[in-house]
Amino acid sequence: MEILYGHPKSLKPIQTKYCPGCGHGVIHRLIAEVVDEMGLQTKSIITNPVGCSIWAELYFDFDSVQPAHGRTPAAATGIKRVLPDHLVICYQGDGDLAAIGTAEIIHAANRGEKFTTIFVNNAIYGMTGGQMAPTTLVGQYATTSPKGRDPVNAGQGYPIKVCELLSSLGGTRYLARGSVDNPVNIKKTKKMIRTAFEAQMRGEGFTLVEILSQCPTNWKLSPHDSIDWLQQNMIPYYPLGEIKNTLTPADQPVGAAK
Amino acid sequence: MANKGKPVIDRERCKGCLLCVRACPTKVLDADSTPNSWGYYPSTPVAPEKCIACGNCFQVCPDVAITVYKL
Amino acid sequence: MSEEIRLMKGNEAIAEAAIRAGCGAYFGYPITPQNELITYMAINMPAKGRVFVQAESEVSAINMVFGAASSGARAMTSSSSPGVSLKQEGISYLCGADLPAVVVNVARAGPGLGGIAPAQGDYFQSTRGGGHGDYHTIVLAPKGVQEAADLTYEAFSLADRYRMPVLVLADGLIGQMMETVKFPVPIDPANLPRKPWAVGHQARDGREANHISSMNLEPASLELEVLAREKHYDLVKKELCRYEEIQVEDADLIIVAYGTSARVSMSTVQAARAKGLKIGLFRPITLWPFPYERLNALAIKGRKFLSVEMSMGQMVEDVRLAVNGKAPVEHYGRVGGVIHNEEEVLAAAERMLGA
Repeated sequence: MEILYGHPKSLKPIQTKYCPGCGHGVIHRLIAEVVDEMGLQTKSIITNPVGCSIWAELYFDFDSVQPAHGRTPAAATGIKRVLPDHLVICYQGDGDLAAIGTAEIIHAANRGEKFTTIFVNNAIYGMTGGQMAPTTLVGQYATTSPKGRDPVNAGQGYPIKVCELLSSLGGTRYLARGSVDNPVNIKKTKKMIRTAFEAQMRGEGFTLVEILSQCPTNWKLSPHDSIDWLQQNMIPYYPLGEIKNTLTPADQPVGAAK
Repeated sequence: MANKGKPVIDRERCKGCLLCVRACPTKVLDADSTPNSWGYYPSTPVAPEKCIACGNCFQVCPDVAITVYKL
Repeated sequence: MSEEIRLMKGNEAIAEAAIRAGCGAYFGYPITPQNELITYMAINMPAKGRVFVQAESEVSAINMVFGAASSGARAMTSSSSPGVSLKQEGISYLCGADLPAVVVNVARAGPGLGGIAPAQGDYFQSTRGGGHGDYHTIVLAPKGVQEAADLTYEAFSLADRYRMPVLVLADGLIGQMMETVKFPVPIDPANLPRKPWAVGHQARDGREANHISSMNLEPASLELEVLAREKHYDLVKKELCRYEEIQVEDADLIIVAYGTSARVSMSTVQAARAKGLKIGLFRPITLWPFPYERLNALAIKGRKFLSVEMSMGQMVEDVRLAVNGKAPVEHYGRVGGVIHNEEEVLAAAERMLGA
């Protein structure tokens, strides 16, 4: 029988350590599908840092480098500068990108580094058991904001909109936010990843796709209910779509900084 | 609607998150009453004749445990 | 060897030596007293088609090195003491992932922000590892501009051969002073042998995917890894120990010193001998691996050892370990960026001899 929808080649067909219902698995599949469609399996390198994404190297069947927490954009810079014709995927979570790694992502973005960042935003620290993340919503429970995130009385700050934050930087070209909550958004997110990867291979940078994802375990919800929570709470705050797109049109040579 | 597709779920890869059950527009899938070796109750086609090959189950599955064949 | 002789600042000589060694990627951040190094790299690396990035911090720079080293390039960063403190996590990761890299420390006075004048207070940081876990880096200690260039040039091939970071420990005096330097013939990075364990060029090399990682969550398995690395370190210790000896054969007192302290102590030895005092100098060139065996062999009855360092006494601990109770060991040193002169070192040696 003909396969209509099947397992992508550059993703290993093994069971993952991710929790039931975790968004990482869908995001991994989208990346692998785009890598396969672009024929880049032996020319791709993924940087997978601390966080649940530490496991990613077990599942992607291409080269990987595991940097220190938060330093992923720095390591990706080193890799892409040395191997400019390879596809470099900087895969990060909330803590890695928006807490410990804010200097690295801002400066990589500002330098217009030509790798693509895949930023998995699940508004919580997953691997370490559910602490507050820079992207945790106001009022949201986390183990280190047990009364709900309170920016006013507890000095816990506000959730950071990473795409919007980076959009003012001169080196950024494509900043998009997708979500893996339903099939329509999943397919739109794949298009964003494809746009970003194609831009990278044409020599344009900096590109980033932020992807809203559910974390059933640490949100303390069933997978089904976590999708509801994502749709009702995260999407209204983190708008989906292309936040910034100043990419050179595909039929023109890649231009200088705008 | 004509039966256009056949979803096949890898019982041992499935973690019973049941997001595919939520995503299926024609209610083809539901949790199996027999658990797999991990203790999860995997999704299984309970009404396979209703499959319209939309691919929604495949899209949402975090474990890529579903293959959809064309009939 | 090229016969070209140049008059250069230590910082610039180190940079030029790195370029000649085929350094493919340099990442740095400004910090006194090594800013001439990054400036030299900013001009000359891009001119040669090599990678240069001024990073946003020393932390970021060492992690850019991590990425570049993973990709097979000869990668380097440089800083001074407080900046090298920032790099400790990155160095631990480089060791845990068995990656080659060159880190240059043009040391200054600490602790904290301290001062910008030269010091040797980073011996512990360099040899005991300021980062976490069981690891070592090769540590090379030049005594002047020529040796700084020579050791930097060699550092890259040592890093590649042993798949570990190499730290070149200079100080602000060496970095800033100007001396004549002769450089070797340049190496083209394109002619360097391929690294089969690196990422990139998977199709060209016809191999399975490579995964550069320092993580292992299975205790028994991680233990085996660390033990294997330790065995590897034993090999490095056997093959790489280096030192210089000046008039130690008949010495009643041996000064043990490295870098600038050794330069000063050479004059002390001359002055002492002119006075009829039998003083010699033992100069470790590799601070790791430290020449314990040779120093132990020199510890004969009646001989004394004086560790002269611009610190409160750090290398003196290794001297004591080496001598192993066979002879008295003392320390003399200035701190805060003060450089001891040959007269005061001689006075300290005389006090120890007289005691």
